[in-house]
Amino acid sequence: MSATLEAASLGCHVTLVDSDLALGGQLIKQTHKFFGSKDERAGTRGFKISEILLEELNSYKGTVEVHTNCTATGFYKEDGVVSCVIGEDEYFRIKPEKIVMATGAQERLLPFPNNHLPGVYGAGAVQTLMNVYGVVPGKKVLMVGAGNIGLIVSYQLMQAGVEIAGIVEAMDKVGGYWVHAAKTRRLGVPIYLRHTIREALGDKIVEGAVIQEIDDRFQPTGKEIKIDADVICMAVGLTPTCELLWQAGCEMVFVPQLCGHVAQRDLFMRTSHKDIWVAGDASGIEEASAAMVEGRIAGVGVAKALGHGEASEHSGRLEEFKRRLADLRGGEVGQKICQGISCCTVNEWGV
Amino acid sequence: MDLIEKHPILEFKHSKKVKFSFDGIEMEGYEGEPIAAALHANGVRIYRITPAKEQTRGFFCAIGKCSSCFMVVDGVPNVRTCVTPLKTGMRVETQLGKGVIPMDA
Ligand SMILES: Cc1cc2nc3c(=O)[nH]c(=O)nc-3n(C[C@H](O)[C@H](O)[C@H](O)COP(=O)(O)OP(=O)(O)OC[C@H]3O[C@@H](n4cnc5c(N)ncnc54)[C@H](O)[C@@H]3O)c2cc1C
Ligand code: FES
Repeated sequence: MSATLEAASLGCHVTLVDSDLALGGQLIKQTHKFFGSKDERAGTRGFKISEILLEELNSYKGTVEVHTNCTATGFYKEDGVVSCVIGEDEYFRIKPEKIVMATGAQERLLPFPNNHLPGVYGAGAVQTLMNVYGVVPGKKVLMVGAGNIGLIVSYQLMQAGVEIAGIVEAMDKVGGYWVHAAKTRRLGVPIYLRHTIREALGDKIVEGAVIQEIDDRFQPTGKEIKIDADVICMAVGLTPTCELLWQAGCEMVFVPQLCGHVAQRDLFMRTSHKDIWVAGDASGIEEASAAMVEGRIAGVGVAKALGHGEASEHSGRLEEFKRRLADLRGGEVGQKICQGISCCTVNEWGV
Repeated sequence: MDLIEKHPILEFKHSKKVKFSFDGIEMEGYEGEPIAAALHANGVRIYRITPAKEQTRGFFCAIGKCSSCFMVVDGVPNVRTCVTPLKTGMRVETQLGKGVIPMDA
């Protein structure tokens, strides 16, 4: 959305396709107030931010075309065609001059017996059910992972009236921001540090789980604890969605700090493919605030490449966005992100 | 239906209630919301049985990326029910194995 807005504001025609039923990506599921900086609307609840962006998009009715429930299924590098499908069977092809791939992230799963059982859900899925559609995800949830996502989703589940059987975390301290941990602790949820999930219990659906303490080398030790739960919620991290980037033959690198394979990019977020830009979680797992600024940068990059807007405007906006990113990446977490980004950024693509 | 009634932050605006069937049983859901969400609200957790190991599957990602939620909808197999909007009168069925593609179309 941010890339579209920025490119459209400089005069580009944009077709925005999103596989979800509504625009906004992860934002529409976030009921908590955001961290980050004032520029990026810290203190505003996630779903409100997406409403603001949507309203902004509505002012470009003439030049921005939006398709929801529409998945980009393939990029054909021979001729630059992108195939898309609306719903499950209405295919069309489109040949854009420039493309921004901002496909977000997908959730990680851990290997353990019975992890296929219905009731083992990704944290994002649980959020979608309860925060977007108002459906109760289960009666009693075991959360796996005490990073920000695990903590926030636990808290959100309690707001929706669902009991949390416990939060399991492999490390010896919670990974999330202190406020989120404090909120869940206050409500009396047991947090099992240095524990992992050994198996899901149940025949056809989840009926519980076995968890166990682990040692310094993550090997299980000590006694197994049986937990009753009908949902096991996996909040063990995300990894960038980059199938289309691979298909396009973009140069990719594995960067642990960014949680997976990511495309090499220049300062405008352009990949090694001259017509393709990346932004957001697809370019490395970070936060929505940074994702939105990256989107803006990619939008300017695309407009520049298409000859829309003045050179001074492009460089002016880039400087402003770079400053905003630097603000966001000031902290300890930001340092790790910056290290990661330096592993996959080139100053300029040699032509 | 298993819906969140009271929420400190959110107010749920549901669309029109419509009837659909799951394995022949009549159920209610909201038009335009994902089939998978409607099923879940009706207490249905198992959406398909896998081809080789015959294991049960429900949904996992809820954003159309993992294939866990494939079902047969109006006779068509492998429909991602987590991103397919519910319509009135839809026939939703548990998918057994790979599903069979209808050849009469
Ligand atoms: C529980 C939780 C709490 C969070 N809290 C915060 C916070 O406090 N502050 C913060 O800054 N960030 C937070 N985040 C992170 C933030 O939500 C993400 O970093 C951000 O949403 C990334 O934006 P994005 O646009 O890159 O990806 P997404 O929001 O994931 O959007 C990607 C979009 O692309 C679509 N898509 C994917 N593939 C295709 C395709 N092939 N064709 C068409 N469409 C496709 C998807 O449907 C989706 O709508 C949180 C995340 C979670 C899960
Ligand atoms: S639950 Fe993953 S594709 Fe539907």
